[in-house]
Amino acid sequence: MPQNSQEILLMLPHVVIGVGIVISLLIEMYSKKSETILPWISLFVFVFAGVHSIINISANQILFGGMLEVGGKPAIFNFIFNIGAALLILNSIDYIKKYESNHGEYYILIQSAILGMMVMAGSKDIFMIFIGLELMSIAFYVLAGINKKKSSSNEAALKYFLLGAFATGFIVYGIALIYGVSSTTSVDSIIQNFSTFTQNILFIVGLLLFIIGFSFKIAAFPFHMWVPDVYQGSATTVTGLMSTTGKTAAFSVLLIILSASLINYNIDIFAPYFAVIATLSMLYGSIVAIAQKNLKRMLAYSSISHAGYMAIGLAAANSEAFSGIIFYLAAYTFMNIGAFGIISIIEKQNDANTDLTAYAGLASKSPILAAFMSLFMFALAGIPPLAGFFGKYYVFISAIEADLTWLAVVGVFSSVISVYFYLRLVVYMYFKESEKDIDLHIDKYSLLSVVVSGILVIYFGISPDSLLNLILSVVN
Amino acid sequence: MENGSILTYLLITPILGSLILLFIRKEQENLIQWFGLAVSLAAFIISLVMFTNFDQSNGSFQLVEKYLWIDGLNVSYHIGVDGISVLLILLTTFLTPLTLISTWGTIKKNIKLFTFFMLFLEAGMLGVFISLDLFLFYIFWEAMLIPMYFIIGVWGGENRIYASIKFFIYTMFGSLLMLVAIIWLAVDASSQLGYFTTNLLELYKVGPTIARDIQNYLFLAFFFSFAIKVPLFPLHTWLPDAHVQAPTAGSVILAGVLLKMGTYGLIRFNLPLFPQASVEFAPYISVFAVIGIIYGALVAMVQTDMKKLVAYSSVAHLGFVVLGIFAMTVESVQGAVIQMINHGLSTGALFLLVGMIYERTHSREISFYGGIAKLVPVYATFLMIASLSSIGLPGMNGFIGEFLILLGSFKSQVLDNWWFTIFAASGVIFAAVYLLWMYQRVVFGNVTNPKLENLSDMNGKEWLVLVPIILLIFWIGIYPTTFLDITETSTINILEQVQNFTIKLLN
Repeated sequence: MPQNSQEILLMLPHVVIGVGIVISLLIEMYSKKSETILPWISLFVFVFAGVHSIINISANQILFGGMLEVGGKPAIFNFIFNIGAALLILNSIDYIKKYESNHGEYYILIQSAILGMMVMAGSKDIFMIFIGLELMSIAFYVLAGINKKKSSSNEAALKYFLLGAFATGFIVYGIALIYGVSSTTSVDSIIQNFSTFTQNILFIVGLLLFIIGFSFKIAAFPFHMWVPDVYQGSATTVTGLMSTTGKTAAFSVLLIILSASLINYNIDIFAPYFAVIATLSMLYGSIVAIAQKNLKRMLAYSSISHAGYMAIGLAAANSEAFSGIIFYLAAYTFMNIGAFGIISIIEKQNDANTDLTAYAGLASKSPILAAFMSLFMFALAGIPPLAGFFGKYYVFISAIEADLTWLAVVGVFSSVISVYFYLRLVVYMYFKESEKDIDLHIDKYSLLSVVVSGILVIYFGISPDSLLNLILSVVN
Repeated sequence: MENGSILTYLLITPILGSLILLFIRKEQENLIQWFGLAVSLAAFIISLVMFTNFDQSNGSFQLVEKYLWIDGLNVSYHIGVDGISVLLILLTTFLTPLTLISTWGTIKKNIKLFTFFMLFLEAGMLGVFISLDLFLFYIFWEAMLIPMYFIIGVWGGENRIYASIKFFIYTMFGSLLMLVAIIWLAVDASSQLGYFTTNLLELYKVGPTIARDIQNYLFLAFFFSFAIKVPLFPLHTWLPDAHVQAPTAGSVILAGVLLKMGTYGLIRFNLPLFPQASVEFAPYISVFAVIGIIYGALVAMVQTDMKKLVAYSSVAHLGFVVLGIFAMTVESVQGAVIQMINHGLSTGALFLLVGMIYERTHSREISFYGGIAKLVPVYATFLMIASLSSIGLPGMNGFIGEFLILLGSFKSQVLDNWWFTIFAASGVIFAAVYLLWMYQRVVFGNVTNPKLENLSDMNGKEWLVLVPIILLIFWIGIYPTTFLDITETSTINILEQVQNFTIKLLN
């Protein structure tokens, strides 16, 4: 247990979200106006937790007898999770009303998912990782099917659940083997004795299963099969959340492997594995995305491809990779949330149409949405000076430092391919005229969320130092 | 205005201008046009002030500013100019206001967005020419693709979507390879200097010491990126598409400045960073340059579309520039820089003239015209001057550049082969053939097309756009010393850097 008030203070982000979940449950039960109150409660807890984490970033401590780390690296992740979630809550207010899913559980589940991610990012014990993972995943299984009346949403939920459970099986089996060899569940002691344990083949098999399980979660090829259908079928705001914060949470766990090889430098037994999945994910994601006509599906493949870029860092396994991946995750989170925010706005007007053709002539109907969408597309394509470019630059640096120049070159090829489909959306918005005249209604909260994401994408691009110094301060 | 940060003022003027523009209402088109012109003129005036502060006798970088930008990766906002970039900056700020005026009345769709992108583009081009940090350079180099992509895609011709995407992907492919090479250099610097850096001046020391086989790869990565932009045969295929589909203003900026960024990159980065590889590859590259000169001219000859003809003539002209750069003599490199300016002026003028007549008749087919000398004598005169300048008639700018390049490549020790010069010289003759033949078919003869009868001659706005360009064409042609003096010491500086690691280049 936390020993003193200062430790409780550091726990506040977790505590506030936990309390938020309970209060939200009670309000949902007893209040008729829960739909109008709950968004603001969730917004408050997320903004509070995000800001609190980043303010207390230097107060790095391990609480609960070596179970949970607060401050430091987890604080950066908490910031990404919570600010990302806050932006998506702003988007959701109007969006889920349209789909008649504006019940309290939507907000409660999102809070649970975020709490799960925070536990994952901060856990210093393998079981804590598992608890966090399940808290997040189960909430996401339900959220994916929140549009109860849409069959595609139901399908997405079922698919996500089945494959998610499959991946969890890998992880549990892996944990069992790891524990079997190391007789400890403490992440730190596993890392400390990594070189001894790796002499046992069962330990390596266990770790490999563990890594494969999380490869499902980061949506890397060849563990990506659930991604397109789930991203397309789920409610857009939910897709936005799981494609960004969900991926970030899974990466926060994979970074443990990376720190294991960093501390026991010279042991990067998984580098070939990550190099292969990085190559395959980048190329597969970019090439298949070209053929997509549905924007959400296209972004699903783009998500696979971005998982590949970040996996370059895992293969490189040096300290640049560590900070590079974290930067990339933050950049990816904000540019993707912005893009999904705009999709949710357009989807509302256009009778659930998320096809590229629905964007024809958007520039003349809503210059501001078109401009921001282009911004996010250029950022995803890695055009400077936007945040996405800097993430890529940093990851490429790590690859070249690790003598994996070929991996950076593959990344280059994949980037060039991906430019084509990101630009295609811009082509629809600016270079084509719309076929039908639709009255576009943009609610102010969604717009706020889009604008904030856009500003962050520009800010982290023009002044990467702001984020980079924070990351470097916790990595070293 | 403090002289110490004049380059920042220059860079920030179009950026601020484009941002302020966003707050002007879309319907106030006149205000937007005048505002855009005012901003670009302000940038021009600042560039003139910068020029007066520039010391021609000093070949190293001047007006340098350096502030740490990204602490974590040791990237600085590091800018400065030498004699070569000064000329290109002046060309950029000179052409931008003229092109903006030329769009008055011809660009009708979304004037606000167009002006925004033109100013954004100007900032990107200026940034490329003043960056002394490879990271900063790369950012401007890439960011500048966005406005050009929109200018072609939104205001272009029928096939604009294909052309704009081709332009973007082609250029991006080359530049990403360069990015990998930039990182490679910086990582290598960290093993030699002890810290990761993308500072160009420090990398000038690191680059030549890199092992030869790796230096070759790095050289090729940079070269590939610039050669696509130039564009050097056989990487030129995006250019005709982009030029033909782009609106006139887009073509003028594309030909006038954007292509120069490729040749500028070769001079600024390839030669001094990888001198040994440059000398080794020079003959091969020169072969492609000469092929480009002849190929561009031959293909231009058979074009039926005036704009396409001018576009292919660019391939030929830029071939001269690349030949001049890789001949690596003082004359040829200076000639290449002058030729870069010349091409910006004369091809810019040709694109403007083609655009002007297209506005009147909506046709660029050569066979559509004939005998317009009688209908629009002033236009015919301007077209004559621009064509002759492009051909390289003595007394006009083109002659100076081509002559210096041919002279330099003739006595080049790197190429050490007269045939380059002989074949390249034939390109001058071909240029006379395709341009004069086009001129003859369009301007002389009898008016056969009844649609031409109501053709009106040049209006005041068009005079205003063309006269400054024509004046410069004659200035360079008659008294080139003004311009050669600017580039001389910087050229010698770069060649000295190459010479320090390779064979003797300077006398």
